[in-house]
Amino acid sequence: MRRTAVAACVSLGVLLMAPAAALAADGPTLEDTVSAVNTTWVIVAGVLVMFMQAGFLFLEVGFSRAKNAGLGVVKILTNFSIAAIAYWATGFALAFGGAGTIAGTNGWFLDVGHTASEAASDIPLLGVVGISPAALLFFQFVFCAVSLAIVWGTTIERIKFSAYVIYAVIFSALIYPVLSHWIFGGGWLQVNVGMQDFAGSTVVHLIGATGGLAALLLLGPRRGKYGPDGKPRAIPGHSMPLVGLGVLILWLGWFGFNPGSTLSAIGGRFAEVVLVTNLAAAAGVIAALSVMYRRTKTYDVGMAGNGAIAALVAITAPSGYVEFWAAPIIGAVAGVIVVYGVILIEKVLDDPVGALSAHGLAGVWGTLSCGIFTSPRLAELNAVGDPGLWYSGSFHQLGAQALGVATVFAIVLVVSYAVFFAIKQTIGLRVTAEEEDAGLDIAETGMYGYPEQFIPPSELIGPGLPATGGAPSRAPAGVTATAMTGEATA
Amino acid sequence: MKMVIAYIRHEAFEPIRADLLEAGFPSLSITEVKGSGRQKAITEHYRGSELAVHLRPKLKIECVVESKDVGMVKEVILRHARTGSVGDGKLFVLPVEEAVRIRTGEDGEAVLQAHEGEEVSVNGDLG
Repeated sequence: MRRTAVAACVSLGVLLMAPAAALAADGPTLEDTVSAVNTTWVIVAGVLVMFMQAGFLFLEVGFSRAKNAGLGVVKILTNFSIAAIAYWATGFALAFGGAGTIAGTNGWFLDVGHTASEAASDIPLLGVVGISPAALLFFQFVFCAVSLAIVWGTTIERIKFSAYVIYAVIFSALIYPVLSHWIFGGGWLQVNVGMQDFAGSTVVHLIGATGGLAALLLLGPRRGKYGPDGKPRAIPGHSMPLVGLGVLILWLGWFGFNPGSTLSAIGGRFAEVVLVTNLAAAAGVIAALSVMYRRTKTYDVGMAGNGAIAALVAITAPSGYVEFWAAPIIGAVAGVIVVYGVILIEKVLDDPVGALSAHGLAGVWGTLSCGIFTSPRLAELNAVGDPGLWYSGSFHQLGAQALGVATVFAIVLVVSYAVFFAIKQTIGLRVTAEEEDAGLDIAETGMYGYPEQFIPPSELIGPGLPATGGAPSRAPAGVTATAMTGEATA
Repeated sequence: MKMVIAYIRHEAFEPIRADLLEAGFPSLSITEVKGSGRQKAITEHYRGSELAVHLRPKLKIECVVESKDVGMVKEVILRHARTGSVGDGKLFVLPVEEAVRIRTGEDGEAVLQAHEGEEVSVNGDLG
C-alpha cells in the first residue's frame, strides 16, 4: 500500500515536472510571448480596420440614390481586392522596406524572414516593434485600403467603373506607399522634419480626399446638381438608416485604426488612445448637430454623421500625442469645420458624401492640431517631433505639421490629377448622360440593387410555368422538391 | 374643357412644370408609370442569368384646361419632351364634362387654372 502511494507520488511528480522542464529548454521565451501578444493586438486592430470597408460601403450607398445602390458594393469589393494584391507586391516594400529618404527598397512580395528579428534588416520598423512581419503588412494594407475607399466618395453616381480599377492599382502600388513612407516609414517628413501623424490624418485621410478632389475636378457635378441659376440643389441619398450604419461601423473600426497604431498592447497605452478617439468623435457629433440646428432648426442626420467622421479623422493624427482633455476640443472644432466645409464646397463642387470636408479639411485640422496640443510626455514617448504650442509656446511643431500637410496635398493632387487626366483622355472618366439618368446599377452592373423597386412585378414573375393537365400548383413544384431533398440529405 | 394627358420622359417634367406655371397653369397631376412602346427591351443580368425587361419608366401628366388653352399647353409639353429619339412618349387630348373645386363647391371653367393671388401655403411647408 505504501509502496503504491510512493510510486504514485513519484509518477505524478514526473508528470508535473516534465512540461516545466520542456518549457525551460526550448519553449517560448518572455520575448516570444510579448511578440505574440502584440501581434495578436495588431491583427485584431487590423481586422477592425478592414471592417471599415463595410462602413464606407453603407455610408456611400446610403448617400446615393437607389438606382446607384448596387454599384457601391462591387466597387468596394474590387478596390479592396486590388489594393490587397498591389500592396503586398510593391506597396509594403516602398513604404516600410528600408530607411530611405524617399522610399523603401526591400521586401517585395514580403520576401523577408518569418520573425521580426529575421526581417528587421529589411523592414527597420520590425526592429522597434517585434511583431510578425505578416501582421505589420496586413495592418498597413488595411490603412491603404481605407485611404483608397475615401477617394471615391466624391465621385459616386457618375464615374465609370473602369476608372476605379486603373487608379486603384496606381494608388495602392505607388502613390499611397511612397507618401506613407515619408510619414510612417522613416522617410524625410518623419525623420528630418519631425512631422507627427500618429495614425494618418494626413497619410490616410488627406491623401484619400486629395485623390478624390483630383478626380472631382475632372469629373464635374452630377446632372441636376446645379440649377439654371447655378445654385446647388439637394440630391437626397436614398437611405439614412444605411448612412447611420456606415457611420457607426466606421466609428467602431476607428478603435482599431488609432489604438492599433501603437503596434503594441504592452503597457496598455492603446486603451488611452481608445478613450481619446471616442471623446473626440462624441464632441464632433454634438458640435455638428448644434451648428446645423442653429442654421436650420432641424436635427440633420447626414451632418451628425459627417460630424462623427470629421472628428474621428481629426483625432487620428493627435490620438497618440495628446492628453484626454484635448480630444473633445479637437473633435468639436472638426464638427464645426465639416458643416461649414460641406456648405461652402457644395457651392462649387459636387461632393455627394462630404468627403472633401470630413476627410480633407478635418484631416488638415487634425494634423495641425498636433502642433498645438501634443504633450511633452507623449512627444517623448513616440520619439517624433516636439510638444505643441500650448505647452511649449513655440510655433516650431505647428510649422512642421503645416509643411507636411502642404507637401502631401500638393504632390497627391498633381500626381492624381495626371492619372485621372490620362484616364479621361483615353477610356473616359464619366458615364454617358443616358447612363447617369438610368443609374449606374443598370448601366454598369446590369441589374438594379433594388430590382423590385424598378422592375414591374409582371416582368419579374414572367410567363410562369408551362401548362400541365392538372390545376396549376401554387408553388413551383420542381424547386420545392429539390429544396426538400437537399435538406434531407444535408 | 379638355384634359391633356402626356406620357413623357422624367427629365422633361421640370421645364414643363416651370413654363406652365409661368403661363398661369399651376394645376396638374403626375403619375409614375411603366409602359411599352417602340423602345427595345432592356436585358438585365443577374449572376450570369438574363432578364428581359420590356416596360420602361415614364411620367404621366394630367392637366385640365379651357378648350382655348389646349394649343398652348400642347406646345409647351411638345417643346420640352421632344428629343427626336424613340421613347419620347405620346400626348392625348380628351373632352371633360364637369369640373368642381372640392373646397368651395364651385364648378365650371372658373375652377380650372389661373388661380387668384399667389401660391398659398397651408400649415407651413408641411401642408
